[in-house]
Amino acid sequence: MKAAVVVFPGSNCDSDCWHVLNDAMKTKVQYVWHKELNLPDIDLVVLPGGFSYGDYLRTGAVARFSPIMNSVREHAKAGKPVIGICNGFQILLETGLLPGAMLRNRTLRFVCKFIHLRTENSKTVFTNRLSSGEVLRIPIAHGEGNYFCDEKTLEELEAEKRIVFRYSSEAGKLGDEFNPNGALSHIAGIMNKEGNVLGMMPHPERSSEAILSSDDGRKIWESILNSFK
Amino acid sequence: MNTTMQEPGMTKELIASHGLTDEEYRRICDILGRDPNFTELGIFSVMWSEHCSYKNSKPVLKLFPREGKNLLVKAGEENAGVVDIGDGLAICFKIESHNHPSAVEPFQGAATGVGGIIRDIFTMGARPILSMNSLRFGNLDRQQNQNYLRGVVAGIAHYGNCIGIPTVGGEIYFDEFYEGNPLVNAFCLGLMRHEDLVKGKAKGIGNPVYYVGSTTGRDGLGGAAFASRELTEESREDRPAVQVGDPFMEKLLLEACLELAKSGAVVGMQDMGAAGLTCSTCETAARGDSGIEIDLAHVPKR
Amino acid sequence: MFKAKVDVTLKKSVLDPQGQTVLQALHSLGFKHVEGLRVGKHFELMLHSSNRAKAESDIKVMCDRLLINPIIEEYSFQLEEVK
Repeated sequence: MKAAVVVFPGSNCDSDCWHVLNDAMKTKVQYVWHKELNLPDIDLVVLPGGFSYGDYLRTGAVARFSPIMNSVREHAKAGKPVIGICNGFQILLETGLLPGAMLRNRTLRFVCKFIHLRTENSKTVFTNRLSSGEVLRIPIAHGEGNYFCDEKTLEELEAEKRIVFRYSSEAGKLGDEFNPNGALSHIAGIMNKEGNVLGMMPHPERSSEAILSSDDGRKIWESILNSFK
Repeated sequence: MNTTMQEPGMTKELIASHGLTDEEYRRICDILGRDPNFTELGIFSVMWSEHCSYKNSKPVLKLFPREGKNLLVKAGEENAGVVDIGDGLAICFKIESHNHPSAVEPFQGAATGVGGIIRDIFTMGARPILSMNSLRFGNLDRQQNQNYLRGVVAGIAHYGNCIGIPTVGGEIYFDEFYEGNPLVNAFCLGLMRHEDLVKGKAKGIGNPVYYVGSTTGRDGLGGAAFASRELTEESREDRPAVQVGDPFMEKLLLEACLELAKSGAVVGMQDMGAAGLTCSTCETAARGDSGIEIDLAHVPKR
Repeated sequence: MFKAKVDVTLKKSVLDPQGQTVLQALHSLGFKHVEGLRVGKHFELMLHSSNRAKAESDIKVMCDRLLINPIIEEYSFQLEEVK
């Protein structure tokens, strides 16, 4: 499997994503600058975290119009995998590749800490190495992770099992006290109808090596690699 | 149309408003062999300001060790020190104060302090990987000190976060001694390979000089000289001397500078700090044993 | 030439914690008779346009495409002809 990490002006988690794929997962990976018109011949597209365009106007609002995004849209339409992490998730929402929008965290504060995620759907490209309900310990670092969508969209997401991760307790319990940003229905990650585009606020690339105190995030990359076997 | 600027005469008020003592003015006349003109007075004013020369702290700073077998760049040689850590790698780090701006406008003062120190590191060719800080405030039973604490911590957090460099530690003390004079020191450390090192040397007669980064506005003018003065209630009116940081622009600048350094196309690189163009031109020319000619009309302005 | 002033706010159905926080701060300053505070954005731009109808339609497209996120925001605008 070959991967590409798209770099926008202001992206700052790109090198972590590259490092995990290249060094930890031993996968071919290259950077793609946002001004490129076409993606190279690759399988997985990673939209990394950071502050693309300084988060000016709205997070991800300007990056959505970067030249490379046309190619990313086509890549997604062709059914190939795209993972958007944190700012990457925000860009996918602004682009319309995923439904809904991000609001500021309920507490209005930037939150940077380890949280727990419960796997809601383990039969996806991104979670096939996880079991249903499996809890992962992964860090978050964001000021706008409060996921929002209208009632109709929420019903669809639930019915079609497109909510992939929810914030939970270590034991997998749901509740406001385990939700770091007030996200609707404790949603931390969702996918599109076709199941090839995932957006998640937590950072799996920061928890893919034991030395960083959790390698639970590694299973997400393993799942993606596994889907290419 | 030909216009000639009327140069203001050297008066006691003008010299004092430039933050220079009578003793310092006499030394300037000795060095030049005559009275300075208005521009030269301004240059000495910033270069000899507390912020740029640390003249009052120098006697204490001189007590620190300056030698070591792992030193690739020693204290005072360049914008930051560089230490060999083996395997062809080196760390480049520095700590700098931003007290006066933080006392007047805690959030932006501390934020631009972080911005400034980060710039010192990447203009040496090192990728900044962490920042830290050392803070001192008066006692927290006073509202003013609570405001300082809140503003400074928020400013540091905001800037470091946006630019993507984690603030991994620091130290903080509260004491009566710092009442009215908060201390905000910003530290940054970068990682590089030995061959990535870029020095702040202007050499090669005829080589062009490039100004890169944010445009210059009226904010921040005289900031270095401002740092030499005593802080008073009136200092609050000096808010324009505190700049507003733009971490997004600096992130772009960081990536561009590191790419530029690796390209081999530059003979020297230096950051423009409190003393801006004055300091960077004077210091790089001095290190390169050369002179620099700049047409100020070309400076990108807001 | 037209000067456009665009006001953007969160939709009524969307929670506005910033607005709530500012409202509480006003209350604690003694302005207890204030209610319903919402925080939004204000854009001001100059348009080189030959007629008002075109300028209006341009503003609407700009808002829908970039200036607002239609899922969570709504807007209103004023257009003023300037020399």
